[in-house]
Amino acid sequence: MGTLHKNKRETYFDNIIGHGYSRREFMKFAAFITAYMGLEHSMIGQVAKALETSYRLPIIWEHYQECTCCSESFIRSDHPIVADIILDNISLDYTETLMAASGHQAEAAKHDTMKKYYGEYILCVEGSVPLGADGVYCTIAGRTAIDHLKEAAEGAKAIIAWGSCACNGCVQGAKPNPTDATPIHKIIKNKPIVQMPGCPPIGEAMAALIVHYVTFGKLPELDRAGRPKAFYGKRVHDTCYRRPYFDAGLFAESFDDENAKDGYCLYKVGCKGPTTYNACGSMRWNNGVSFPIQSGHGCIGCSEANFWDHGPFYERLTNVPGFSIENTADKVGKIATGAVVAGLAAHAVAASISKRKEHKKRYTRGRINEEKIDKNE
Amino acid sequence: MEKTIQTSDFKRVLVWELPVRICHWITALSVIILTVTGLIIANPPVFMSGAEASESYWFGTVRMIHFITAYIFLVNAIVRIYWAFRGNYYANWRALFPYTKRSWKNVWHVLKVDILLQNEEEEILKNISIGHNYVASISYLVLFLLALVQIFTGFGLYAATSGWWLPQLFAWVPDFLGGDAPTRLIHHAATWLFIVFTLIHVYLVFYHDWLEGRGETSAMISGYKFVRKERLESDEHI
Repeated sequence: MGTLHKNKRETYFDNIIGHGYSRREFMKFAAFITAYMGLEHSMIGQVAKALETSYRLPIIWEHYQECTCCSESFIRSDHPIVADIILDNISLDYTETLMAASGHQAEAAKHDTMKKYYGEYILCVEGSVPLGADGVYCTIAGRTAIDHLKEAAEGAKAIIAWGSCACNGCVQGAKPNPTDATPIHKIIKNKPIVQMPGCPPIGEAMAALIVHYVTFGKLPELDRAGRPKAFYGKRVHDTCYRRPYFDAGLFAESFDDENAKDGYCLYKVGCKGPTTYNACGSMRWNNGVSFPIQSGHGCIGCSEANFWDHGPFYERLTNVPGFSIENTADKVGKIATGAVVAGLAAHAVAASISKRKEHKKRYTRGRINEEKIDKNE
Repeated sequence: MEKTIQTSDFKRVLVWELPVRICHWITALSVIILTVTGLIIANPPVFMSGAEASESYWFGTVRMIHFITAYIFLVNAIVRIYWAFRGNYYANWRALFPYTKRSWKNVWHVLKVDILLQNEEEEILKNISIGHNYVASISYLVLFLLALVQIFTGFGLYAATSGWWLPQLFAWVPDFLGGDAPTRLIHHAATWLFIVFTLIHVYLVFYHDWLEGRGETSAMISGYKFVRKERLESDEHI
């Protein structure tokens, strides 16, 4: 990255033009990213002005327990300038995957940024932090992830938890969580943290979040779970193009039946769209080409906390905690109902034997009363 | 006919007031509707293929019925809670909590005589409850908590699709429980507890009606039960 050791602070616009883009392309980018941020088109001017006048935002991007799919998603943002602007114009001062420097050089660059922009830089964290065994399950440059995180978080203005690992522990945080993989918000308590869950999150959403910060100088509106409302305000189900099939009760029952070929709703083959908050249905992936449901596969709910532990991907069944893995709520419910019915039937038989005398006595008493009434006594 | 035969006088007593009866049957109906539509929503039958989505909306209709009934269930629950502070002795919230020594004695009696089917040497009149007995009270208390669970999880799941303030009051629930998926699981599992409750409840009503002959079943329609005169004279309600 050519930006690594630049000392002169330049604006985003300077940098874009410096990289050979025309002003027209810059304006197209501003319009594009404004739309992704969920802003009105009258805001394009403000976004463009902010990019023209603001200095580059120093960013430190840390990688802990993760698979780098978040970075992969990020550099595949669909507009060519998105990748360029994020990588070149937002100063990515330290990121293991993409920086040119390595070894001591890289660590030195990181410390430079941390010192120079203390209290100003944004810390992006990709991956969870293992706390088990004093954190030895993830070490970088001879130090544990928890050590790195605490150091980097110290001078950060805000933290962005990129992806499900940083937000909820993802795969390595699934039961039994052998490394005690811990999401960032459970470790760092004194900084504003934006949660961008997803495995990976959508690249455009990631870019739009950063441009939002550049434009307005503050984080976008977050929901209760700390996620930007613009991208996590709706369920995948609510923006799914197959939703009309759901409402019409038209469902595929297996992936190779006629209904699946007709593009019917994947609800019955385990689609987690109805319980997953993300923008896949509206923003889509890979240059807006498609998203899992469009490709014929149900949503696996990758942006929901602990999605690995929430039952099988291809069924609507849900495991009941405390019961063995084959047991579902319905199975347990049916067995319990059957047991209760059997118990009640047994009780009815036992009652008719045990209370026979009493019932007979009451019955006789009632009959005698009737007779008395007949005789007008 | 023996001359020494004992006769008893029964008095007709208004136990369940009209609001209690109305609330009871609205609850019963809405639980049935919510259970049936809920189980359909959880596992919809597939009986159409080759059709276009524009031709049908049956699943949307089932969900709409579920949501409308949920509102009725909620309002009804609020009315019943209000009546627990306003209604007669048998409708009062105090009749739901076994907090006196006597009520625990009653629990013990019901467990022994009605659940374990032991026979008493002689009939002790005051052991027979006029309203519901305290084992039933405990089961209604549990049912009430279940209703709260269903209201909170159900409206919590519903909140994201509604802009109205009322469901929004429950919007925090899925976040609190760790997402929509665990919320849905609780909502779904609690449905089975409603089914189990209903079975036991109906059976025990029939059992008491059969054994005691006081009009237990029709009492929830007419409001009246038949109570022995001597029983009324003792000032102990239960």
